[in-house]
Amino acid sequence: MFSQPDRARFLPLAHLHALVAQLMQMGYQCLGPAVENGAIVMRELDDPAGLPRGLQAEQAPGRYRLTRDPHNRYFAWANGPQAIKPQAFAAKESLWRVERDDAGALQFAAVVPAAPAQAIIGVRACDLAALALQDAHFLPAGRRDAHYAQRREQLFLVAVQCAEPGATCFCASTGDGPTPTAGYDLALAELAEGFVAVAGSAKGNAVLDALSLSPATPQQIEAARQQGQAAAAAQTRSLPGRNLREALMSRLEHPRWDEVAARCLACGNCTAVCPTCFCHAEIDEPALDGGASEHARQWDSCFGEAHGHLHGFDVRSDIRTRYRQWLTHKLATWHDQFGRSGCVGCGRCIAWCPVGIDLTEEVAALTASEVQP
Amino acid sequence: MNSAINNSIRPRVAVHKFSSCDGCQLALLNLGEDLLALAERVDLVHFAEAGPLDPDTDVDVAFVEGSVSTPEDIERIQHIRQHSRLLIPIGACATAGGIQALRNGADGAQWVAQIYSHPEAISSLAQSTPIASHVKVDFELWGCPVSGPQMLAVVNALLLGVAPRDNADKVCTECKRQGHACVMVSRGIACMGPVTRAGCGALCPGLGRDCYGCYGPAENANTDALAAQFASLGLAPRDIVQRFQSINSQAPVFLAAADKIRLRGDE
Repeated sequence: MFSQPDRARFLPLAHLHALVAQLMQMGYQCLGPAVENGAIVMRELDDPAGLPRGLQAEQAPGRYRLTRDPHNRYFAWANGPQAIKPQAFAAKESLWRVERDDAGALQFAAVVPAAPAQAIIGVRACDLAALALQDAHFLPAGRRDAHYAQRREQLFLVAVQCAEPGATCFCASTGDGPTPTAGYDLALAELAEGFVAVAGSAKGNAVLDALSLSPATPQQIEAARQQGQAAAAAQTRSLPGRNLREALMSRLEHPRWDEVAARCLACGNCTAVCPTCFCHAEIDEPALDGGASEHARQWDSCFGEAHGHLHGFDVRSDIRTRYRQWLTHKLATWHDQFGRSGCVGCGRCIAWCPVGIDLTEEVAALTASEVQP
Repeated sequence: MNSAINNSIRPRVAVHKFSSCDGCQLALLNLGEDLLALAERVDLVHFAEAGPLDPDTDVDVAFVEGSVSTPEDIERIQHIRQHSRLLIPIGACATAGGIQALRNGADGAQWVAQIYSHPEAISSLAQSTPIASHVKVDFELWGCPVSGPQMLAVVNALLLGVAPRDNADKVCTECKRQGHACVMVSRGIACMGPVTRAGCGALCPGLGRDCYGCYGPAENANTDALAAQFASLGLAPRDIVQRFQSINSQAPVFLAAADKIRLRGDE
């Protein structure tokens, strides 16, 4: 966000609500951080001044607690249990519907989602990197997913630089944060007196123009840049490399898979909170009167039973093979599909695993020693 | 299940009650308009809670609520089996013996003597057992109580001539789809969701509470790992045993989890 410093503006702290008000005035439904069940979630803002202040997220494997930020900042919480995945890839939605007409013939009709123009305030660099991967999956040339596209095109993304990474974060190691570099409409870096604000799209420029902000000073830009560097340096977790394809695929029979399977609940939480996981199941829901049926898709997980079910047998009947599928797809075979790893270092799979399985620790254990003979 | 009922124009359906609280029948009654639609498509020939009474008649599908808990129950379930093409137990009592199966590990006669002024008036078996312990069942619907939509989905599948979908995934899958933060992670409370079968729509975690396992064990339920996590959240062995020994105490996976902790002798 600092590649063109002459275009950076400055939004005083007291004017953050003016940004939200401007987005609302432009017709956006605004989503921002809110506290639910003891965690930060994205919910609709009804008041432009309604963004919470002074929240911080203390994270550890299997543990998440909100605490007070001594500096009372708006965005000192690193992230919550869900990125912006549900805003583009709905957890459950109808794709098409079929009805029997009066003559008894079947009539098929596409179900087009009603997607409101949404502005999301507080998107992180890792979330943007993940969204780019979801785009690669759902919007490849020639076979764009209409339902995903409908929502995705309506999103206005207000990213924020992470100044306080969680203990579970490792985006610096995957190269996806903590400072947003692409994929946003607006990016903010929070300083004590206000925000360095940069537009990343024509839509973002229009918002900044409407706010009539003064340019950010070189000192402010430098402070924000250094804040990002310090946040990267503060991260304690990492992956041993950005391409672990060979390292993992050559260790498919490593005893560590058994060890992690003994601890893993196969609950699928890691895949649900992972901002890049895109697996879904398609289900039919016939109406009780027998006259219509909805064809829906919903999030699925490689930790579930049906995910590995082929006709007549299950290719992944135990937890060992399910965990192995998750890790090797995410970090190894993703390279074959998308030219990079599927991990953006957000650490959600670590914090939100109910038993605290740490992906970075598992990878380190798997790749540290040679396979036992 | 291979005997689809779509060749019947209006399949005959019965809802029987054994030892139970009637909550599963209520789930069906509470369907509202859907119940009317259901009544159009099937012939509800026996459903005491709703009115129709004809317990001995031949039916295409018999839904059975409740556990086998008395000597008469044993005879009655055999009779129902003989007169039903498909037999589908519904709810925790019918699939695992229910809350009343807590007596299975205790001295039931002593309990009866302590509680009732005329214990001789009570005729109950020493054990409360699921329907499948006595007769062949064609499908099972878990839950305490089962949900109305679950019941409808089963009837619908049978009307269409396909096997009902058996979703044995964990409650967590429904919880995350609905956007709830994991209460075990954010609040440190001992949630049974990771070992419990989906179907309720993650009702309790959605209200900020822990799942208490009323839908019974999910497939591949790693109870050892969950029990270890409960211990690290501060639960005493006795409390962990009780997490597994409630609504579905006799479901083999939950019973084994509890017995393992008891056998270690540190309860």
